[in-house]
Amino acid sequence: MELGIYSFGDVQRDPNTGQLGSTAEATRNLFEAIKLADEVGLDYFGIGEHHTREMPASAAPVILAAAAAVTKNIRLGSAVTVISTDDPVRVYQQYATLDALSGGRAEILAGRGSSTESFPLFGYSLNDYDELYAEKLDLLLTLNQSETVTWSGKFRPALQDALVVPRPLNGSLPIWLGTGGNPQSSVRAALLGLPISYAIIGGKAARFAPLADLYRRAAEHAGMRAEDAKISVASPGFVGDNAKAAKDMWFRHWHGIMATVGKVRGFAPISREHFDYEASGGGALFVGSPEEIAERIVMLHKSLGHMRQFFQMDVGQLPQREFLRGIELLGTKVKPLVDAELGAPKRKEAAIDGR
Amino acid sequence: MAGEVSRIGILGAGRVGTALARQALKTGYEVRIASSSPPADLAFMVDIMAPGAIAGTVETTVRDSDIVVLAVPLAKYRLLAPEFFDGKLVIDAMNYWGPTDGTLAEFEAGVLSSELVQRFLPGARLVRTLNQIGYHELEEQALPTGHPQRQALAIAGDDPQARATVASIIDRLGYDPVDAGPLAAAAAFNAGTPLFGGRFGRREVEDLLRSAEPVPEAATS
Repeated sequence: MELGIYSFGDVQRDPNTGQLGSTAEATRNLFEAIKLADEVGLDYFGIGEHHTREMPASAAPVILAAAAAVTKNIRLGSAVTVISTDDPVRVYQQYATLDALSGGRAEILAGRGSSTESFPLFGYSLNDYDELYAEKLDLLLTLNQSETVTWSGKFRPALQDALVVPRPLNGSLPIWLGTGGNPQSSVRAALLGLPISYAIIGGKAARFAPLADLYRRAAEHAGMRAEDAKISVASPGFVGDNAKAAKDMWFRHWHGIMATVGKVRGFAPISREHFDYEASGGGALFVGSPEEIAERIVMLHKSLGHMRQFFQMDVGQLPQREFLRGIELLGTKVKPLVDAELGAPKRKEAAIDGR
Repeated sequence: MAGEVSRIGILGAGRVGTALARQALKTGYEVRIASSSPPADLAFMVDIMAPGAIAGTVETTVRDSDIVVLAVPLAKYRLLAPEFFDGKLVIDAMNYWGPTDGTLAEFEAGVLSSELVQRFLPGARLVRTLNQIGYHELEEQALPTGHPQRQALAIAGDDPQARATVASIIDRLGYDPVDAGPLAAAAAFNAGTPLFGGRFGRREVEDLLRSAEPVPEAATS
């Protein structure tokens, strides 16, 4: 089982003044977190595109490229790239560049995104939500197949024998489809021959088991090799030395972010009681001691058979030192426990030659 | 007619539709489901996601069900054929979420989305409910009648008999039904109200309905 982290580049809050820290500081903090994640042996770091004052990670490939230069093994990608509102050609070029710089460690996790700021920012209409996603994903996958591309669509000028470079070291980039659990998305990923990443952020995590089954059966139906039909899971989580202290502390930050999101989307704030339900047993929030989190990852693996799970720790202005401690514990304590149960993940040989 | 429903039809096979199908199957209903996918493709998915539910076309699903639940993205309600719904009992489980779904001019005028759906399906006996609970909670939070922790769900519709029938369904699905009165009362459990996504028992829901200040559906940001 691969373990990792994902982040939206959460900013800090000054404990004395209550003022939000700068977005530049948040960017440097994110860089520091990736570096540490590699040092403690984690397998994946994903940056989720956001465009807000609290979550300013708008240019993921830039941060990842900087991190590529100071890391050795960790795979670097998005979580997610809001492909609907970006130019797939530019996205592909950036991640292929990252791939070259990192020795073949780049991945793209393409999705619709959970928030919608990028639509007005880049001049797209939410009314084209589905069509944009389908078309841009199609172009992204086309670009992954060959360096010369002929393509036409509705939202972007056509390409005629266009050269798109650089090319990935291994010939193509791992492109995952990110989904929050709509069944149609699981079928879509399988029909497109893509690995799938489930964002499980509430309720019981094992409720995704039927979806995983749907994905695998659709993949088989579509002729995907079983080993290519990979599943990863992204979920909120935090690891602390002490279970209770970790939950008490992290709840305050989770409550904060959920209240903010709830205000925009019109849902009621989360209670401590409900948090405790979700942050234990089969719940979707992986917050607790290393032993507890390792056990719950292994338990979820029995339901989903996923090959990677990565956690969003820095939410609601979690202090950087807590974030770093959580990363350290995930790598040094949780990972060995999970490996002991499920076996250590195989590390791909870094590619040394490109085309 | 109240309480005699045994066949539930669900339009929409996304997260909400499939969760509702499972919960309805679990509580003993015969379940039909239709979506914009061809029935053969849908059947493949439904056999895994909600085994036991019968995948069909919109027309057969509506025709062969005692009650129909609308669980499609609200923006697509105009793709429904109004003539299928004449005299039908219909639950509107949809919501208008401008901030996440994009702005739709007709819903920005301050008219309740259910009123627009009712106008579009004039023959339907429309009841609004199931819109205020998260799709995964619908399965996870269900509890038997009389359980002290049981959550309650408000029901609004202009036809009292239709409300009574829907109340019996909500009860069987695992929630205390609370009669909120006419369809317009659904404004009290739209997105942006405390009842939306809130976890409350019967008494609290009754109190919140009484003290509710209707929130226009568009103005949740």
